[in-house]
Amino acid sequence: MSEPTKTDLVDVQIDGVWHQFPKGTRLIEACRQVGVEVPHYCYHPKLTSPGNCRMCLVETGMPPRPMPGAEPPQPDESGHLPISWIPRPVIACANTVAPNMGVRTTGPITEGCRQGVMELLLANHPLDCPICDQAGECTLQEYSVEHGKGESRFREQKVKKPKNVEVGPRVRLDDERCIMCSRCIRFTDEIADDPVLGFTDRGSHTVLAVYPGRELANNYSLNTVDICPVGALTSNDFRFQMRVWFMRETQTIDTNCATGCNITVFSRQNRIYRIVPRQNNDVNSDWMPDSHRLNFHWIDSEARLTDPMLKVDGVHRTATWNEALSVAAERLASLSGSEIAVIASARMTNEELFMTSRLVKLLGAGHVETVPRQGEADGYLVSADRNPNTNGVKLVLGLENPGSTLDRVKSGIEQGRIKALIVLQENLVDDAGFSPELLGKLDFLLATYPIANPTTGLADVVLPGACWAEKSGTMINVTGRLQRLNKAVDGPGQTREPWEIVRDLVHALGGGNGIYSVTEVFKQLAAEVPEFKGLSWGQIGDLGLPLIETGETIPALEREKERKAAGIIVG
Amino acid sequence: MPFTVPAELEAEIDERITHYPVSKRSAVLPVLHHLQHHFGYIGEEAVEWTAAKLGLEPIKVLEVVTFYPGFRQEAPGKYHIRVCRTLSCAMAGSYELMESICEKTGIDRSGVNHHHPIAVSLDGKYSIEFAECLASCGFGPVCMVNDDFHESVADADALLKQYP
Repeated sequence: MSEPTKTDLVDVQIDGVWHQFPKGTRLIEACRQVGVEVPHYCYHPKLTSPGNCRMCLVETGMPPRPMPGAEPPQPDESGHLPISWIPRPVIACANTVAPNMGVRTTGPITEGCRQGVMELLLANHPLDCPICDQAGECTLQEYSVEHGKGESRFREQKVKKPKNVEVGPRVRLDDERCIMCSRCIRFTDEIADDPVLGFTDRGSHTVLAVYPGRELANNYSLNTVDICPVGALTSNDFRFQMRVWFMRETQTIDTNCATGCNITVFSRQNRIYRIVPRQNNDVNSDWMPDSHRLNFHWIDSEARLTDPMLKVDGVHRTATWNEALSVAAERLASLSGSEIAVIASARMTNEELFMTSRLVKLLGAGHVETVPRQGEADGYLVSADRNPNTNGVKLVLGLENPGSTLDRVKSGIEQGRIKALIVLQENLVDDAGFSPELLGKLDFLLATYPIANPTTGLADVVLPGACWAEKSGTMINVTGRLQRLNKAVDGPGQTREPWEIVRDLVHALGGGNGIYSVTEVFKQLAAEVPEFKGLSWGQIGDLGLPLIETGETIPALEREKERKAAGIIVG
Repeated sequence: MPFTVPAELEAEIDERITHYPVSKRSAVLPVLHHLQHHFGYIGEEAVEWTAAKLGLEPIKVLEVVTFYPGFRQEAPGKYHIRVCRTLSCAMAGSYELMESICEKTGIDRSGVNHHHPIAVSLDGKYSIEFAECLASCGFGPVCMVNDDFHESVADADALLKQYP
């Protein structure tokens, strides 16, 4: 998009200060751009604006229009026309800037409006904040503090409405808490294309409802919980689990598919309680699929590997890292490079893959490959490639077509050409069709993984590798965007981040200088891999940056761009 | 009884829909009027039929049906009586009229609430509900029986006699 030219800009005074905005800017966005917050419930930049909550009412004014024959108004010394304030307030979400317009977000009219709206919204609200999951991140609470009256004149019986309604398998509704902003209805209509929600019995008994016999079951249903400004819609998975103010927020990315949705992980005392999407208009907008968001409970699984293990006489026993690594190094050193194959994972970070390439070089390994994970794209945010870093494998590990030569590894083992296998963060038995009999033919099998699985069960050396939430690094998503993964929690027991494990293996095999942080790995990676040239860890930022052109797009994002271009949404 | 819309009615409805060329959603109201006129009420099947007819999700039709008290969601009796209870009629005795009609027709209104405003006599002949202003405030109490309008209704017997 081209920069707006001078003629596309209009002068607008906001709270006494003159600014310039492009024509067509909504008042609420103009205010936001200059640091003036206008409270709102129903407005969401990614959805249409019905203007039904009335919380964003502001006072506006225009230059006075002279009576016929009278003198037109004259500009003041600053060159701006005087403003004649209009007694009727307007909603800032749906009105756009006009030349020489004035906006007042403070003063008796605006403040009176906000107090009135708050008083009415709270009249029938159950005020059950002590047991409400939204408490602490509820705009009704926040605005009560900032814009409320502090008391209610309502003395009558509150309206009773349905509570604890299962609107879908993952979402629960408390109609008494609902303030009828309609964000969820618009989301299901406009974004998820599954319009099952609506308001019935409009009037003093208005309820948000699903059509009888239907349910809010689409794979994006939990986004309605995120955009609900109050505690009306709650997540079955998260409700009553943890007060939000106790949790720590980590900005990271989702690793369930190649889209790499930006997410915030909420954890407390090393345990993850929930994952919510984090806005990135170049990746996932404000949304994420339920399937990805809820796929974290296994991180607390009893089956997590916590210690390095060595197989002695067919039985695993725990070992120290030094012991396990020296056994591994000894066994590997006794083989020639062509007898060793390395199976890395496209779920590994670029840094891990970079260390893996060092290991491959050091061993002179005859084969390196990753495990492909193809699924079906859903036409929204779920990519057909369920590996988060296939593009990283291509760039950093140098594989042109990752996963295409796995059969050659299998036949190599079958024919005895490959005698040792190093399996990094993959489960070959369950995910790559390697039979236990085939793996049994190997002289030496080393496997790292977060969870005990049939492959680690067969391994001579098992090393506990941290999962995605327990490590930092970078990945390249389906569109070629470089994004940062940030560690949210510590891995259990003696778990190490996979880049550390590979580094330790390289050390144990007698090669390389000490590398003590993932940012150092990135620095070396940036020095060696041309596409990363000149990049620093800090430059990537929380929102990532475009690294390569892949020609791939994210369908939900493309539709959003169209809606924005058509002026349907602010975007 | 299965829900079937007679061909004639459907043709009439199809014609009505052509009056709303910009948005089919605008035709929800007239379609519902046709259906209620024919079936006496708008049941679940009627909602779904309307939604399918207009290419909408059923919830969008249900929103409209539940908004207007004029759309009945439950089957009325042969004679459906609507008694005005807005101020003038209430002062002129509409609550007494309601009680008197119920007593004479054997209608039990104890199950009536916001979601179920209509009560039907056991024999299915009469049904009754309160309505808001029927626009004849000078001549209360006012009521409607099906499409007939009655003002200054003092005697429930005399009213019911007209609807045997």
